[in-house]
Parts: sequence; structure tokens; C-alpha cells
Amino acid sequence: MSNQKLNVREPWYIRWGILGLLKGIALTIKHFFRPKFTVQYPEVTHTPLPKEEAHQWKPRGQHRLNVDEQGRVKCVACLLCQTACPSHCIEITPGPAPEGYGDRDKYPIEFKIDMLRCIYCGMCEEACPCDAIVLTDKPYPVTYSREGMIFNKEKLMQN
Amino acid sequence: MSSMVLDAGKILLIFAVFMQIPPLLIYLERKICAFIQDRIGPNRVGPFGILQPLADAIKLITKESITPKNVDVFLYTVAPLFVMVPAAISFAVVPVGADVKLWGHTLQLQIADFHVGILFFLAITSLSVYGLTFGAWASNNKYSLYGGIRSTAQMISYEVAMGLAVICVLMSSGTVYLREMVFAQSHTYFGFLPAWNVFHQPLAFVIFLIAAFAETNRLPFDLPEAESELVGGYHTEYSGMKFAMFFMGEYMAMISMSAIMVTLFFGGWTLPGVVDAHSTTVWNALLSVVVFGIKTGAFLIFFIWIRWTLPRLRYDQLMKLGWKVLIPLALMNLFFTAIWGLRDQIF
Ligand code: SF4
Ligand code: SF4
Repeated sequence: MSNQKLNVREPWYIRWGILGLLKGIALTIKHFFRPKFTVQYPEVTHTPLPKEEAHQWKPRGQHRLNVDEQGRVKCVACLLCQTACPSHCIEITPGPAPEGYGDRDKYPIEFKIDMLRCIYCGMCEEACPCDAIVLTDKPYPVTYSREGMIFNKEKLMQN
Repeated sequence: MSSMVLDAGKILLIFAVFMQIPPLLIYLERKICAFIQDRIGPNRVGPFGILQPLADAIKLITKESITPKNVDVFLYTVAPLFVMVPAAISFAVVPVGADVKLWGHTLQLQIADFHVGILFFLAITSLSVYGLTFGAWASNNKYSLYGGIRSTAQMISYEVAMGLAVICVLMSSGTVYLREMVFAQSHTYFGFLPAWNVFHQPLAFVIFLIAAFAETNRLPFDLPEAESELVGGYHTEYSGMKFAMFFMGEYMAMISMSAIMVTLFFGGWTLPGVVDAHSTTVWNALLSVVVFGIKTGAFLIFFIWIRWTLPRLRYDQLMKLGWKVLIPLALMNLFFTAIWGLRDQIF
């Protein structure tokens, strides 16, 4: 009984592909007049959220080391981000904080992130206890050398 | 003497305009393809990307033209010409506009009105298969060779159906002169329906249309260059200007085919109510050229539209469609056309 259905001979216009042809032509002409999906990238960036919620959308791009009101780096060199990082691309050289830093004992002498290894997962941002490291929406960096892809403290603070 | 100058000017003008269309067509192709796929397409070079063909041309001209080591250099070099030149020559028999009286001379807007008319067109367009085969053979590459073999088989198969379809038209119009064929289609039935051959010979038109797609190697019949299976088919080894010539040849063949379809089935440059077929004023001639251009352009856009709609046929499907469907249909059409033509003697 069940395979009786398989033996149904379709009408000639289906078997000869004429219906399919007409359907295909209708489909392509419909798409011709549809609004386009393309986003003109450098001028316009893609936001998957609707316009009203677009401000909530934040792509993860280059890192930034935040500074406090006095222009000092906020990081206390606790190495939590370095530990959390799944791709081991953060390299912090901790050191005793300079004299004026009343509120902490340690600060990063050097803070390097290898942008080539980074997967922009945002774990470092989540791990940081004092909001010192955040991921900005700046696009991924482009340089001419591998060394150029290792960002140091100054560069990260400027981002 | 001055009529010769006029003739030369006419030929130059038609040829110059004809050579300008392929770049435009490439732009249109890319734009329509993009729109059908919900993209925007080229839009960076010039307003709406209209200068894109120019950029493409500069790129292709400045590109290195590589000749691989084991090719047959002579055939490898002439093969692109064999594709491009027949496509350009075959346009010569197409009447592009009404007669025009200039300085006392009546000028036919058609490069050559041969005695053989449409047969010349068929003969010349089938030459382009040599280009494909030479290119494929000379490349000394297995993918190219497959492309060449396929193109030969495909073109020969569809040539038959196309020829039979043309014979039907010749029988119902009674002439091989394309010029006379156009005049014969210039009146109307019932005052509104143009007397186009497509209404006399709808089946012949459909067969011709399908065969035209196959002859110009356009999708769904682009087996000779099937990218997904043959790398690039017959032009795998070609680069730079030689590749560009293959490319131009394909588009020129498309233009010639569209023009001939318009002439054979859609009344050429005539349009009842707009163009007066027997007037020789300049205004009328211009109008007729515009009508011809619009009709041909519609066909060209149809070619492109189909390309981005249909998937490629499998090789056996292609052969089946050619030999088991189109040729019998064309023969049947021929038979009934003959009966209809001889109805007075028979009945
Ligand atoms: S974003 Fe992820 S991978 Fe990149 S530095 Fe932070 S934790 Fe490491
Ligand atoms: S950036 Fe944050 S988590 Fe990383 S060492 Fe500095 S304070 Fe710790």
C-alpha cells in the first residue's frame, strides 16, 4: 500500500521540468526586486539587532586597558585575566606599584596581548575584578608583521 | 563613390556599436546576478559601478598572458580568435534598422544582405566550435580536452535542432533574406497583433531558443566550461587577453543570437504603430534602431536571467534533450508546416 504512492506518475509538465522552470523563473525575478542584504562594510557596520536596540549590540574587537580619573592604568596585576584566557595570549609583567599609587601594591609594568592568538572570547573582560580590561568594538587589527600584532600596554591604553 | 563612403561609415558604425555592447553586458550580468542573489553587485568604480567593465578590461590587459610549456603554441594562440571572430561576423547579416535616405542614397541598415541570409548566420556561428575545440586540444590539459569534446558534441547536436527550427520559419515565410523576412513581419493581424513569426511558429521559436542557449554555451548548457567539474573547461589554461577574447566571444555570440532571434521571430526592427517599414526618413530609421535595440536587449536580459535561475544539465540529460526531444519535435513541426504549406495541393 505504502509504496503505491511512489508509483504515481506525475503529470507531464512536472516530469519535463516545465513547472519547475516557470517556478524558478518566478523565484529569481522575485528576488531581483527584493531589498538587498549586503552591508556596505567600511561605511556601515553590521548590527544584527533591530535599530531600536542597536545600542545594546557590541561586537568584540580590540582590547582596551581602562584608566582611572588620574590617568593611571586601572589594572592591579592580579593575573586573573591571564589565567582565564583560553588561548594564553596575555602576558603580564607585574611589579610593585610606584610611590604615588596609594590604593594598591602591584601594577603591570608591561601588559602584552598577542592579537594573533586572541580569539576575542571576552573571558579576560569577565575575569577582571576591577574593570581594567574591556573589549572595544574596534575591528580586528591589521599590521604588516607578527611582532606588530603583539600589543603592549601603551597601545592597549590608547584603544 | 559617395555611396561607398556611406556604406563604409555604416559598417564602421555598426561594428563600433556592436563592440561596445559586450562590456556593458558583463556589467549587466554581474549586476543582475547580484540582484537575483540579494546582493548589490559592483558599485565602487564610478556611479553604480558603471565603470567596472573598464576596470576589468584594464586588469585583463595588464595581466600576464601565460602560455604553458606543453601547449601547441599556434593553435593555442589562434583559438580565441576562432571564438570571437565568427561571433562578430555573424552579426553582419542582421538588419538593424529601416532603410534611410541620406544625400540621395538609400542606405540599408544591414552590413550585408547575402543571398544565403540566415544560412550564412548558421554556417558562421557553427565555426566557433572550432575555437573551443582548438583551444581545448592545444592546451594539453585533460580538463580542457573534456570541455572541448563536450562542446563539440553539444554544438553538433543542437545545431541540428536549430537548423530544423529555422527551416520551419523559412517555409512559412518563403524567403532566406533576413531583410525580406523583416518586411514580411511588419503588418498586423486584426489591427493589433503584430504579424511576427513567433505567432506562426511558436514551437520553432521554443526549439530555436533552447538551441540558442546551447550554441552560445550559456547556462543551463555550459557544459564545456562547467566550473564545478572541469575547473574552467576549454579555457582552463588561458589567462590575460586570450581569456578575455574567449569571454568577449561568448557575449558577442549571445548578442548575435539575440539579434537573429528578434529578426526571425519578433519582427526585427519593425513595430506596428511606431516604425513605418516603408518610410526612409532619418527619424524613422533611428526609431527602428531603438526598437531593435530594445527587443535584442530584452533577449539578452532573458539570457542572463535564465543563467542565474537554472542549474546545469547533466551530460546525458543534455544529449537526451537534444536528440530525443528537440529533434523529433522539430521534425514534427517541419512536417506539419509542410502539410500546411501544401494544403491547397493536397486537399
Ligand atoms: S578575549 Fe579571550 S582570548 Fe583574547 S585575550 Fe581575552 S581571554 Fe584571551
Ligand atoms: S586586567 Fe584585570 S584581570 Fe587582568 S591583571 Fe589587570 S586587574 Fe587583573
